[in-house]
Amino acid sequence: MWTIGSLGFAAPALLWALLALPALWLILRAVPPAPIRRRFPGVALLLGLTDDETQTDKTPWWLLLLRMLAVAALIVGFAGPVLNPQDRQPGTGPLLVFIDATWADARDWPRRMDRVAALLDEAGRDGRPVAVVQATDLPEAGLPFQAAEAWASRLAGFKPAPWLPDPQALGHWAEGLEGGFDTFWMSGGLDYAGRHDLLSTLMASGEVRVFESPRPVLALRPAAFEDGAIRLTALRARAAEASEVTLTATGRDPAGVERVLARVPATFEPGAAEVETELVLPPELRNRISRFGVEGVRSAGAVTLTDDSLKRREVALIAGRDDREGLQLLSPLFYLQKALEPTADLIDGTLSDIILASPDVIVLADVATLSSAEAGALQAWVEEGGLLVRFAGPRLAASDVSRDAEDPLMPVRLRAGGRTVGGAMSWGEPKELRPFAETSPFFGLEVPPDVRVNAQVMAQPDPQLAERAIAALTDGTPLVTRKNLGEGQVVLFHVTANAEWSTLPLSGLFVQMLERLAVSTRPARPEAAELAGTTWVAETVLDAFGEVGDAGTLPGVPGETLADARPGPDLPPGLYAGEDRRLALNVIGPETAIAATAWPARIPVEGLAVARETLLKGWLLAAALALLAADILASLWLSGRLRGQRSGAAAAVVLALMLPVDSHAQGLSDDALALKATSEVVLAHVMTGDARVDDVARAGLRGLSDKLNQRTSIEPAEPIAVNLETDELSFFPFLYWPVTGNQPLPSPEAYARLNRYLRTGGMILFDTRDADVARFGGGSPEGRRLQQLARPLDVPPLEPVPGDHVLTRTFYLLQDFPGRHASRDVWVEAAPPDAEQAEGMPFRDLNDGVTPVVIGGNDWAAAWAVDAQGGALFPVGRGYAGERQREIAFRFGINLVMHVLTGNYKSDQVHVPALLDRLGQ
Amino acid sequence: MSDPATLRARAEGLAEALPPLLADAEHLAQAVLLGEHGRRRAGAGDEFWQYRPAHAGDTARMVDWRRSGRTDAHFVREKEWQAAQSVLLWVDDSASMDFSGTRTHPSKAARARVLAMAIAVLLTRGGERVGLAGTGLPPRRGPLQLLRIAETLAGAGGAADYGAPDARGMAPHSRVVLFSDFLGDPGPVEKTLTEAADRGVKGAMLQILDPTEEAFPFDGRTIFESMGGSLRHETLKAGDLRGRYLDRLAARKARLADLARATGWHYSTHHTGEPAQASLLWLYRALERVH
Repeated sequence: MWTIGSLGFAAPALLWALLALPALWLILRAVPPAPIRRRFPGVALLLGLTDDETQTDKTPWWLLLLRMLAVAALIVGFAGPVLNPQDRQPGTGPLLVFIDATWADARDWPRRMDRVAALLDEAGRDGRPVAVVQATDLPEAGLPFQAAEAWASRLAGFKPAPWLPDPQALGHWAEGLEGGFDTFWMSGGLDYAGRHDLLSTLMASGEVRVFESPRPVLALRPAAFEDGAIRLTALRARAAEASEVTLTATGRDPAGVERVLARVPATFEPGAAEVETELVLPPELRNRISRFGVEGVRSAGAVTLTDDSLKRREVALIAGRDDREGLQLLSPLFYLQKALEPTADLIDGTLSDIILASPDVIVLADVATLSSAEAGALQAWVEEGGLLVRFAGPRLAASDVSRDAEDPLMPVRLRAGGRTVGGAMSWGEPKELRPFAETSPFFGLEVPPDVRVNAQVMAQPDPQLAERAIAALTDGTPLVTRKNLGEGQVVLFHVTANAEWSTLPLSGLFVQMLERLAVSTRPARPEAAELAGTTWVAETVLDAFGEVGDAGTLPGVPGETLADARPGPDLPPGLYAGEDRRLALNVIGPETAIAATAWPARIPVEGLAVARETLLKGWLLAAALALLAADILASLWLSGRLRGQRSGAAAAVVLALMLPVDSHAQGLSDDALALKATSEVVLAHVMTGDARVDDVARAGLRGLSDKLNQRTSIEPAEPIAVNLETDELSFFPFLYWPVTGNQPLPSPEAYARLNRYLRTGGMILFDTRDADVARFGGGSPEGRRLQQLARPLDVPPLEPVPGDHVLTRTFYLLQDFPGRHASRDVWVEAAPPDAEQAEGMPFRDLNDGVTPVVIGGNDWAAAWAVDAQGGALFPVGRGYAGERQREIAFRFGINLVMHVLTGNYKSDQVHVPALLDRLGQ
Repeated sequence: MSDPATLRARAEGLAEALPPLLADAEHLAQAVLLGEHGRRRAGAGDEFWQYRPAHAGDTARMVDWRRSGRTDAHFVREKEWQAAQSVLLWVDDSASMDFSGTRTHPSKAARARVLAMAIAVLLTRGGERVGLAGTGLPPRRGPLQLLRIAETLAGAGGAADYGAPDARGMAPHSRVVLFSDFLGDPGPVEKTLTEAADRGVKGAMLQILDPTEEAFPFDGRTIFESMGGSLRHETLKAGDLRGRYLDRLAARKARLADLARATGWHYSTHHTGEPAQASLLWLYRALERVH
């Protein structure tokens, strides 16, 4: 490539042609513009006059210049000029392609791979050995140099990982590098630990080039739930000018389909690297959210999964007795409400209503007896996974519930009466709690020493009692018992939910116990100590593109590593399920900050560079064309052809040729059509695209309109041809649709219009015009086309016209419906199966409405068609019989239009004798 | 060429607005042919004028014996002098008259035919005799003559580029109207007019021009050709010729006007871009004017 400054030429030899321009100048200058010949009687007066100036004999200099410029632009254009040509020196020696392959790369991964493929091609041409290394998937040691072609075939298997490179592994790998090689660094635009050290190592080994996408790297921190709102924080790596992002909340809708449930816009202030926004949603909607994301960004960093910390459990509280006014502290629900309000959504209502709302937990405080219907519903709800928590109380103690046989909704049998310890009238001290056993869900909770139990209900000593007791008093009597019922649980606190029987509801232990029982919602993030000893299994994992996938059979993860882990190859981001709750591990943690890369100035960064190769050929050729067009106008003007009557049109044509054509002249004709179609009754036919068929249809409808005018009170105007794609159909009571074998199928919008037309009372007469050669539905091209045409249409079940169909008697009494052909196959909407003969009349009360379609192949339009003088266009049959057939065809047309316009009026005529009879009385 | 019936209908329409035209009485005195308009003096005619006593020199045949028998004197029966003007129309049918600058107004020939027909209708309504010069259609009276004129006018035009008026058939002391663009050689026109003046024929010249011919809106390199193609003139810059062309046109008009003044004729210019009414009115006045 030959260059001048920042301009290069692909074919510089062509530029020699510029030398020919002076010669062209001389030639053009010698040729004057062609004269116009004009007829003009006044020429007699002109004879003998001579021109004053002789220089106009030659083309004026500025027109010459215009033409020279046009030719010069053509020559230069074809010489292939390129602005900022990028000269590549073929490289030598081994080449390392280093790809970050983090989640930040995922957004435009295919583009990056294209770039790498191009690079491999280039290296392959130069015969350089190449090693392709992903930072998130480092090779064992050193550099796997191979032929570029071998890498090119493996490129499709490269995938970004949803985590950042491990700095230790990176440092270790960098230490093992030796030898000289050039590096092409495909950077994701995200700074990470160890990157800087690696860069200096690579720069020491050879030249480093960097490719970095100018697109911003966006990330989303885990959603936090605070004060009834979800707080979302979006991050960006490069704090540049203001930009707006849309955050989405995705989850399953009630139908189980995953969809975006909510959207919230957030605007980065100029220079700000993060933006915070709040989303307030009703609890039902909020609990459905499975993840948040940044709309339009395919990257794991821009997706954050939600876990139980966002879910607020719905808890229904039901007390056995009505609250007495003014005695709030005695209310059995007071302490429960206080304990649960900050972390759960509480529901009020009657038990039957509450079960319908399907809460997570139902708490029955001192409720002894339930109606059998309530008990049944409650048991079914528990068996489906509900958690029923019951508290004892005076009523339960006094009742016979679960006395002799175990109640399904009680974990244990109870002894009558319960016991009171440490009261004024009893011996002994109030009892304390025994430390929780290892099998208990409360294991690990510290028992405060001031919790005292004064009274409780006692469990019958049953064989299962030991395993069902999950908390006990120091004397071994169970305080909390639990049993599984179906997929759910029933838990009984043997004390009251208020402070009457014990001080338990006053202590912090009460809240923790409720939490452990998963009655209340957990605090956002568990500590490592809390998770110690638990094992978590990945349920779903997130790939680098932010897609949620099935976890498959990943090994379990100990809780303590999960607590403060960074995502990595052993611990992919995703949703981890523990014993009774789920925990999300996201790419971006609550504290994570992201930063953009900063490259040293001497490293060329591709992708961010301003100077890009620009091909100027197209522009120059366009300029040459524009100049030539200007030359046309100027020549016309010079020769006087731009003045006078036709010049305006000529100039307009030239200008129109130069402008891009964009004409949508549809709007105006719509109103005209509407007026024309609605000011009088108008028959219409569908335009098939076959001009001859359309003409015949039009002539046929004109003939039918004439006959209607002559014989009936219907006086149709001139028929209209309807274009299904553009015209509104609802104006027409009746459409005649001749079917041709090669008719284009209407567009989906046209079908929507047609279906609306059919549903709202329109009628279409389909005519395959092939009854002479094919039976109905037979193998003719028209018949096949009709099947294709009608498939998307809302056509009801059909039957051949029955003898008592209303079509046979709307105006004339008919039994045949011939057109130009006399086939008897004419199909209409089938009668409902329960249609009966009405009141002994020979007609059934068929088809109360109007049949939406009539289908046949008798070529009615040809039988109806008349020319401008009213004469028949086509022969029908032979002699008198043929004329009779044409007459019957007209009668069919009249009956059809009558049927369309009168609806069920004619079929109601069968009732006339009965009505008259009744009136007579 | 237009349909004769249409041409006549349009001409009648144009003529309706004006009262019937009566030719000038002074010139009727010398007219040879008798018309139906009494001149209020004794002379040749059909209508009775007066009885006068016979003079010496009256032949016996001139005496009205029935009147003379009632008295002793001899009376001669005199009749009123009746005369009709005979008007000859000449419409230039050369190729140059077929020119029309734009599509919106008619060609000069069409306009000339309508004007000629209109004036013929007016004259006929006034009882004059009208004929067409150069066509062998002598002046006659009556609606039938109008039909003949219309048919002749609607016939094919001549092949010559520029027309020259035909002096043949001009009866002495009759009147003549010339319709032409007078763009051709002025020689024949001068000759005809002088001859006509010699014979005592008076009349009017109506020069019919297209607005294009008056404006000369041309520019650029142009070859001008006459309608028949016999004359051509090439120019490289038509715009420069405009001034000189207009000068020449003005000189031609002045020459025609001078000629008319010298011979006692009337001269006017009509543009096809304007309505014909004004020019018809002018013609009507020109034929009526007393000299």
